[in-house]
Amino acid sequence: MSGARGVIGTVAAIAVVWAIDWAGSRILNPYIYRVLVLCSINVILALSLNLVNGITGQFSIGHAGFMAVGAYASAAYTVYAVPLMLGAEASKGGWVAAAAFLLAILVGGLVSAVAGFLVGLPSMRLRGDYLAIVTLGFGEIIRVAILNIDAVGGARGFAGVPQRTNLAWVLGGAWVTFVLIRNLMRSYHGRALLAIREDEIAAEALGVPTTRYKITAFVIGAFFAGMAGALFSHYTYLHTNSFTFMKSIEVIIMVVLGGMGSLTGSILGATLLTALPELLRFASSERLIIYSLLLILLMIARPQGILGRREVSFRSWFSRRRSRPTPAT
Amino acid sequence: MQEFLQQLANGVAWGSIYALIALGYTMVYGILRLINFAHGDIYMVGAFAAYFLARAMGVGTVVEASPLVAAAVLLGSMVICAALGVLIELFAYRPVRRSSRITALITAIGVSLFLENAGIRLFGADPKFFPQVIAPRTIALAGGVMVTNHQIMVVVVSVLLMVALTLFIQKTRTGKAMRAVAFNRDAASLMGIPVDRIITITFAIGSALAAAAGFLVGLTNPKIEPLMGIMPGVKAFVAAVLGGIGSIPGAVIGGLVMGISEYMVVGYISSTYRDAIAFVILIIVLLIKPTGLLGRNVTEKV
Repeated sequence: MSGARGVIGTVAAIAVVWAIDWAGSRILNPYIYRVLVLCSINVILALSLNLVNGITGQFSIGHAGFMAVGAYASAAYTVYAVPLMLGAEASKGGWVAAAAFLLAILVGGLVSAVAGFLVGLPSMRLRGDYLAIVTLGFGEIIRVAILNIDAVGGARGFAGVPQRTNLAWVLGGAWVTFVLIRNLMRSYHGRALLAIREDEIAAEALGVPTTRYKITAFVIGAFFAGMAGALFSHYTYLHTNSFTFMKSIEVIIMVVLGGMGSLTGSILGATLLTALPELLRFASSERLIIYSLLLILLMIARPQGILGRREVSFRSWFSRRRSRPTPAT
Repeated sequence: MQEFLQQLANGVAWGSIYALIALGYTMVYGILRLINFAHGDIYMVGAFAAYFLARAMGVGTVVEASPLVAAAVLLGSMVICAALGVLIELFAYRPVRRSSRITALITAIGVSLFLENAGIRLFGADPKFFPQVIAPRTIALAGGVMVTNHQIMVVVVSVLLMVALTLFIQKTRTGKAMRAVAFNRDAASLMGIPVDRIITITFAIGSALAAAAGFLVGLTNPKIEPLMGIMPGVKAFVAAVLGGIGSIPGAVIGGLVMGISEYMVVGYISSTYRDAIAFVILIIVLLIKPTGLLGRNVTEKV
């Protein structure tokens, strides 16, 4: 993306996002609005997990742990640090509060990135299922550790976090995540990550520092998951029960369902999986049974996910000049 | 010292249950390289099957509680779960066997969610009280350690099943075929081993062991509910990985380590850390020995 077009695109995207939020909060009923917000948070989670699982070919099932770190770090920052720095100013809302919130999201992302670095370290020695189970372990340890910190509410849940998240923030977050990961994927470094997925030994032989790239993937993935957590904690009641390993598994399902390695697939998967249980509400008590059966049937019918490794883009719809997809192995 | 021995006894009883569940994980993993996420839920179905069997036999009202009745309930629930395991393999896992491993994993998660939610629908979400198929008694051991006869039964039944399983795998023709399929599925198939049938048998045995664990849990902590399989399922899997996944003695050792360490944490630190200790031990062990305690080292080939 060249400079001027990038700037115009960014400004246009911000305008569109705020317009959608302005219209959304007036036209949509609160229930649909809420589903859309949670949907966008899930999009961020799915995109960031796709970077680790789909693009780098590692297997992490501890994503909820990173989300929890981001959620609690940012919430603690907003509750404890912001009033110290800004005093009563911050609680009034407006631009100051918005800036403080932006900073809180970054704090959540950065603290979570540190956790991602720690979790990424074992990937130097472990691979495959062993790595997967260690990430699951880290996720659970993080959750239990937070449960035992009294300053953030412990088992009572963290009350009193100001509700700053709205549709504009989450859509903006999802958009930023998508653009950054897409650009990363197209860069030199992204090619290195793809090379690790395709064949780690060959990549190593060709001079790719695989360990450093794998840890980097974990750190970046954790950063965005932490951001998603920050958006989540400033939207709804915060309790560690939201971050059990079932949440990690839910995000994995989104990534696999959309297609591992396909960013637009992750967006599709996250949207479908957030919307599906809501759409099945008519079946009340049977809805989760139907949901699980649909999941099994989809995996049997389309094992590579809905999009496989392809990407969907507006440009390709209009001009049919799409470049060939990366060959699947 | 007495406190320590008491926690050790409780930990061994609870660890035997983890070990029984872990055996099913490790067997299926050894043969299919599949993390059978639904295994913890089969254990839940086992507990419910035993619950309904005991109710149908009229335990406590029509027939007296006795070891014979308990054995009948145990065998019945093992048969029911073996059939369930075979059905799951046939309808859910076989169609995705040629797909990537993560597809199979998501299918397993789908089966797990299905069993949980079907369980909530059929059995109700509220906990059920497991009937007393054997009258509880407390026995004092040397050193002032108190155990219940249920805990002793848990350990005895687990040991018997593990010995039977080891004999089956080491001494019978089918057991040899299972080892061959685990070693190299394609070569086994070329040697004329009916791979599909061996996989079916593996699922049947693993699910029967999970059912036994479900029954034994019903004895010791008599509150059963449809989501009871999630956490023990995960921890049993961790136990299997800890011992070295694919290794049968490894699963037993892993299960015991998990059970004992959990009770030690509950006894000496705080019960809130109970769910974390298993993973801390796991991470330490894997960082020192990346394929688990008894796992084989797999050399990387180009």
